[in-house]
Amino acid sequence: MGYQWDFATVLSYWDVLLGGGLATLRLFAVTVTLGLGGGLVMGMLRHAGSPVLRYPATAFVELFRNTPVLVQIIWFYFALPVLVPFDISPFLASAMGITLNTIAFSSEIFRGGIQSMERGQWEAAKAIGMNHAQTMRRIILPQAIKRMLAPLTNRGIEVFKMSTLASIVSYPEVLNQAKLIASMEYNPIESYTTVAIIFFVVLFPIVQATYVLERRFGKSD
Amino acid sequence: MQPIVQVQDLHKNFGSLEVLRGIDLDVTEGETVVLLGSSGSGKSTLLRCINFMEEPSSGIIRLHGKAVGQQRNGRTVYRGAELCKLRTRIGMVFQHFNLFPHMTVLQNVMEGQVTVLRRSREEAEAKAMKQLARVGLDEKAREFPARLSGGQKQRVAIARALAMDPEVMLFDEVTSALDPELVGEVLKTMRQLAEEGMTMICVTHELGFAYHVANRVTFLHQGQILEEGTPQEVLGAPKAQRVREFLEGHSLFKLPG
Repeated sequence: MGYQWDFATVLSYWDVLLGGGLATLRLFAVTVTLGLGGGLVMGMLRHAGSPVLRYPATAFVELFRNTPVLVQIIWFYFALPVLVPFDISPFLASAMGITLNTIAFSSEIFRGGIQSMERGQWEAAKAIGMNHAQTMRRIILPQAIKRMLAPLTNRGIEVFKMSTLASIVSYPEVLNQAKLIASMEYNPIESYTTVAIIFFVVLFPIVQATYVLERRFGKSD
Repeated sequence: MQPIVQVQDLHKNFGSLEVLRGIDLDVTEGETVVLLGSSGSGKSTLLRCINFMEEPSSGIIRLHGKAVGQQRNGRTVYRGAELCKLRTRIGMVFQHFNLFPHMTVLQNVMEGQVTVLRRSREEAEAKAMKQLARVGLDEKAREFPARLSGGQKQRVAIARALAMDPEVMLFDEVTSALDPELVGEVLKTMRQLAEEGMTMICVTHELGFAYHVANRVTFLHQGQILEEGTPQEVLGAPKAQRVREFLEGHSLFKLPG
């Protein structure tokens, strides 16, 4: 024992951490929007549609679900520029890896939620002349989304934490900045602990809020 | 008079299972036809083929004399848009109501009008309230379906179908999932509709309803029509042995007189 904890040094770099926090939020905002939006589309493709749509969608999901995001980010950053005629920024490489992974995982949530709806709901909508898209938008999704709220919240938390993987290609998000501070001040324990605290302080209230939301949704059933 | 619905040589297979084996049925305007038969006789499938919840394997269905689908290389093909449009003209009520639980009663009855028929909200609401009053539930308009009894739910489902101004109404065992004491209110609503001149095709086990309300009773057996006639003929003096057995199975049904 006898270790002298020194968080003061870490906090003296608050502007660096703040910059990292903003970069993390930027990456999160982009990946969670595109990832869940894309997941919804992919989930619907996998649920219905002709085999022409379904098989490629399934192949996509399995590819990105069964490979590590970290490897995907590295691959997009280093390998993809060999294949395409432009440079890939750390942000782009990270956003691609996390987004595609999120699409793959959340599409399963959407597909499951859509499939959990009773057949009678589809039939009733069909019987009043609704087409597939109208039924999805007006009848199925508004009900299924309530059932999907908990797993989607989980996914959102996972996306937020996945943003730290972007440090592998030196995207200046929180973890990357903490790494910099640690390498300058030789205080990795305090630096990384601070990162953990930052994540907890941001995520915990959000999760609590979704519990409240879930309860409210549950009531109207 | 030209029939509203004409079914001609209708066949329906599910894989190797032949559920309908050549059905012919004409329904004229204002008529109430009751389809009887034991389970597996194909009566529900026939009903579901009329509004294309199930696509017929072969045969022709005409609405006001116009055949549904296009002939192509000796086969009938159906376009999705055509079928959607057709279903707006044929109302259907299900055994399990299938109300939309995330919408109020009023919204349930407005939904098809607004989303499918593109009526204005004002027009749809006025029409919905009128239909809800018709089934005696206008004071429940702001409730969610979960707060209603089974009989009330089913009457809302009837109002939802009626709000589309259908030319024909299909009823698929609409009282089978109800507690016995709630059956009456739904049958009363259906009887009132029949008396107002609505064209109706009903699959039901309520022989009393068939006897008193139907203009015609059609008995299906193994995917074919075994006997057909007025309720007095089919229920009162059945010709086929199979029909007699079926009626004896319904011991609660006693013919008046």
